[in-house]
Amino acid sequence: MNSVSKHKKLSLHTRYKAMTRDLSWETSYQPMEKVYPYERYEGIKIHDWDKWEDPFRLTMDAYWKYQGEKEKKLYAVIDAFAQNSGQMGISDARYVNALKLFVQGVTPLEYSAHRGFANAGRHFSGAGASVAAQMQSVDELRHYQTEVHALSHFNKHFNGMHNFTHWYDRVWYLSVPKSFFEDALSGGPFEFLTAVSFSFEYVLTNLLFVPFMSGAAYNGDMSTVTFGFSAQSDEARHMTLGIECIKFILEQDAENRPIVQRWIDKWFWRGYRLLTIVAMMQDYMLPKRVMSWKEAWETYAEKNGTALFKDLSLYGIKEPRGWRDACEGKDHISHQAWNTFYNYNAAAPLHTWVPVAEEMEWLSEKYPKSFDRYYRPRLDYCRSEQEQGRRFYNNTLPMLCQICQIPMMFTEPGDASKICYREVNYQDDKYHFCSDHCKQIFCYEPEKYVQAWLPVHQIYQGNCFLDGVDPSQNDFDPLSAVLDYYELNAGIDNLDFEGSQDQLNFNKWDGEEAQEEAE
Amino acid sequence: MSLATLTTSYAFAPRDSEENFPDPLLYIGWENHLLFCAPVCVPVAGNTLFVSLQDKILKEVYGAHPDFLSISWNDVLWFKSSRPWYPNKDKSLIENGIKHKDVIRFRTPNLFGIAGSNS
Repeated sequence: MNSVSKHKKLSLHTRYKAMTRDLSWETSYQPMEKVYPYERYEGIKIHDWDKWEDPFRLTMDAYWKYQGEKEKKLYAVIDAFAQNSGQMGISDARYVNALKLFVQGVTPLEYSAHRGFANAGRHFSGAGASVAAQMQSVDELRHYQTEVHALSHFNKHFNGMHNFTHWYDRVWYLSVPKSFFEDALSGGPFEFLTAVSFSFEYVLTNLLFVPFMSGAAYNGDMSTVTFGFSAQSDEARHMTLGIECIKFILEQDAENRPIVQRWIDKWFWRGYRLLTIVAMMQDYMLPKRVMSWKEAWETYAEKNGTALFKDLSLYGIKEPRGWRDACEGKDHISHQAWNTFYNYNAAAPLHTWVPVAEEMEWLSEKYPKSFDRYYRPRLDYCRSEQEQGRRFYNNTLPMLCQICQIPMMFTEPGDASKICYREVNYQDDKYHFCSDHCKQIFCYEPEKYVQAWLPVHQIYQGNCFLDGVDPSQNDFDPLSAVLDYYELNAGIDNLDFEGSQDQLNFNKWDGEEAQEEAE
Repeated sequence: MSLATLTTSYAFAPRDSEENFPDPLLYIGWENHLLFCAPVCVPVAGNTLFVSLQDKILKEVYGAHPDFLSISWNDVLWFKSSRPWYPNKDKSLIENGIKHKDVIRFRTPNLFGIAGSNS
């Protein structure tokens, strides 16, 4: 028999069309508005979804193939890292605190992004946008899993990682990333895309991933580096989705512009505030430093951002309102954030410390305008107090910004000697903010932000103690009651690095390893 | 309402109104002393005398600072919501016009923190 029918292989173009656009149709049992209720209420007008260009033309079958190959390579490296006791190859045990910050504050965001993109994918009637959002949803879930797997090896040897999902919902500084993403998830699908795909992924993501991944490479952590490589090609796709979706929305209707501009103003500022922890990680938590936060900001935000907003000016989009204040903050925010974690380290499941002499020199050289004048004397004082057995801890809970939920540690633009206070009266209450831009976010949508779950206020309302704990008892110790509620191992996960179990263990293992080598 | 919503009614109680706390909240900041990274938040009963806020509460909060003992309390400048404020020290917080979630600050002339660094 020689009548085997030969199916002609579809061309790439036809294949893409068949597996994306052809999966979408006009509903007939129910009106389209009822099937896609979220597509209109934000005020964005889309006239022709077919104008959506997916620059990658990626179909699901190709997607699985690529991702599967990347996973194989990644897990081979993670296994090798574990078998060779890779944790002993890192620069020094202080480095692991950067990983704690990552698994506590960044990894859960990947999971939230997975949920957000799944939701956006469901609620766009345009097939191109819907498929792109669904793929990104799967990417984000994969990133969450590979990060957890890559870091789980460290969890076997170091404290401060074992309970990261529980902490994400409770610990004071983790309300910063959590509230950021919940704000985005509770917006409509277009705001979500502008917030996460454009403002975060396109404008700011390099400031998150490059410092963490190159920091990992400099400090001998090949497991995290490999995770970074595995995520990189996805990130490139996400960034493209971010810029394409903004251009698409703007091209569809002139009335979309003011809405998009307001979202860009809001989400640039929220993303910038969120990155404060990255600034701190870069300048203080890497024993071997890559570049300063200030240098990273100048390279990835100022240079690239200026070009981007020049490009978007064709659509009538201006640079985000907080842009100049964000640029001004580059000399200060990492130092202010480290001081805050140093102050409240009793309630944080990671360690802080005063930089050693040569690290102080590095900071002084990288921050000639601010470090010696404002921050070095503070750190010198903390070191001397610690040496006299009086390590400084702040025992009173801080005032928080109603929007970003960060303690009110930021100073006035142009004057680092004074805290920046902003407030507004709304209905019967006062609300306080760290900046003009957080205040403006509140003032536009106060109904949303009066519901904010501020960790400090929740503690004072009595909502952060375990069942059965009675704050009216004479021997009630609020800090230890809150740490019980956090499920944080007091004296092990928290406090100064000096004298910590992490430090002692690492030195001991390092000594044993050196001895084995000598033998 | 400028918040875009899918439904017409969107009303939720504010989470931090006064009745949710055993005592009203007061925010306090010490100007030019940023070793304490941020202003603090403390619950204080409205009938607390201002003088006891100054002598007791501020000492508990800021007593660890090396400048604290050098404060000349009669020269301290007070601010409420960024405007100059002249509290009567023998009256209560309520009588001084302090409400839930008010923010007060104090400036200590001639004291600028550790080595003059505003720390």
